[in-house]
Amino acid sequence: MGDYYKPEDLDRFGEVGKHNPVLFNKFLEWYNAALAPGVLTKREKALIGAAVAHAVQCPYCIDAYTKACLEEGMSLEHITEAVHVAAAIRGGASLVHAIQAHNAADALSL
Amino acid sequence: MKALEIATLQVNIGYRCNLACKHCHLAAGSSRTEMMDRGTVDEVLRALSISPINILDITGGAPELNPNFRYLVKEARKLGRKVIARTNLSIFQEEGMDDLPRFYHENDVDLIASLPYYLENNVDRVRGIGTFRKSIAALQKLNSLGYGKGTGERNLNLVYNPPGALLPPAQNTLEYEYKRELKDRFDISFDRLFAITNMPIGRFREFLARTGNLEKYMHALVCAFNHRTLDDIMCRHLISVRWDGTLFDCDFNQALGLTVDSSVPAHIRDFDFARLSARLIAVDDHCFGCTAGSGST
Repeated sequence: MGDYYKPEDLDRFGEVGKHNPVLFNKFLEWYNAALAPGVLTKREKALIGAAVAHAVQCPYCIDAYTKACLEEGMSLEHITEAVHVAAAIRGGASLVHAIQAHNAADALSL
Repeated sequence: MKALEIATLQVNIGYRCNLACKHCHLAAGSSRTEMMDRGTVDEVLRALSISPINILDITGGAPELNPNFRYLVKEARKLGRKVIARTNLSIFQEEGMDDLPRFYHENDVDLIASLPYYLENNVDRVRGIGTFRKSIAALQKLNSLGYGKGTGERNLNLVYNPPGALLPPAQNTLEYEYKRELKDRFDISFDRLFAITNMPIGRFREFLARTGNLEKYMHALVCAFNHRTLDDIMCRHLISVRWDGTLFDCDFNQALGLTVDSSVPAHIRDFDFARLSARLIAVDDHCFGCTAGSGST
C-alpha cells in the first residue's frame, strides 16, 4: 500500500469525468467558483484549503494546497498554525461527543 | 525583441559576497575574486557622462566589498545621476562596513535590499544562520536615518523571492503582509516590495535539477507567460556591465555569458548610447522567468 497514492495520479483527475462528464463539469465549475477570490482573498482560500486538506487527510489536496500557500507567500509557520486549527476542531468535535455518551449513560442509569 | 532607450546603467562590480545564498544566479560568495578595477570604474563613469542615462544601478555579489564602490557612488552623484545600490543588508555588520548606512544617507543612494521573508527561519535557511537578525538591525538603522519613510527620497525597497521551486505571489498582497509584519514585530518601515521570480540558472538551476523539479518549474514559467510584461521588461530599458567591462542585456545573461548582439559595442570603453539603445536582445529559456505572471525585474 506504500504507493497506493501516486503523486502523478493527481494529473489524471480529469479522467474521473470520462464516465459522467456532466456531473464532473458541474463539479469543476463549482470548484473554480468556490476558489476564486471573493470576500475572501486567494491567499485566505489557499490557507483554508490546506487546513481542510489535513482535516480530510487527502494526500493530493495536502500537496496541492501546501504549494498554493507557498506560492501565495505563506510559510510553513502559516500552514502549521492552520493545521493546528483544523486538528483542534477535529479533536474538539470528538471530545464534545462525550456529552452524547453522558446522555446515553444517563438514559440507562439509575 | 529590441531594446528601447537605455534608462539604467546596471553595473555588477564583482561577484564577491559575504553570503552564499541558495538561489544566487551568479553563485556569488566569499571565494569569488572577480572585481571591477578602478580603470573599468572610470570607463563606467565616462559612459554615464557622455550619455543621457540618469540611473546607475550598482549590484554584485555584495557591491560594497569592492574597494572602488564608494568612489563610483560619489563620482556618479557628482555627475548628477540617481544611484541605486543593491545590498544584502547583512554586509553592514562586516568589519569596516558599519558606516555604510551613513554613507548611503550622505550620498542620497536609493537601496534595493534583499529580505526573502519576514520570518527568521525562512531567511536563514536560504541565506545562512544569523542573516535575518543582521538584516533586521540594518533596516532599523536605515529607518533611523530616514530611509523607507515613503517620502520619495532615500527609497528603501525590499526584495522577496520564493523559497523554492515556486512562482511568486501577487506583489501587492505580499507587500501588505511584509509591511504589517515588519512593523508589528520590529517597528520597521519600507517603501516597496519587489516579488521576483527565481531564475532557472546558477545555483537555483542546480537545485531544480538535483531535486527533480527542473522540468516542472520550466513548465510553470512557460504556462505563466504574459505578453503584457514585454513592454516593461528590464532588459529593454537597461544595459548590464560585468566586472571586466563586458556588456550584457541583463544580469542573468551576464551570469550565462550571453553577451550583447555582435553588431553593437561589447565593452563599456566603446559605449555607444544610440546603437546600444537599438540593439537586439539575446534571449533563451531563462527569459521565461521575467515574463511569468506579472513580470519580474
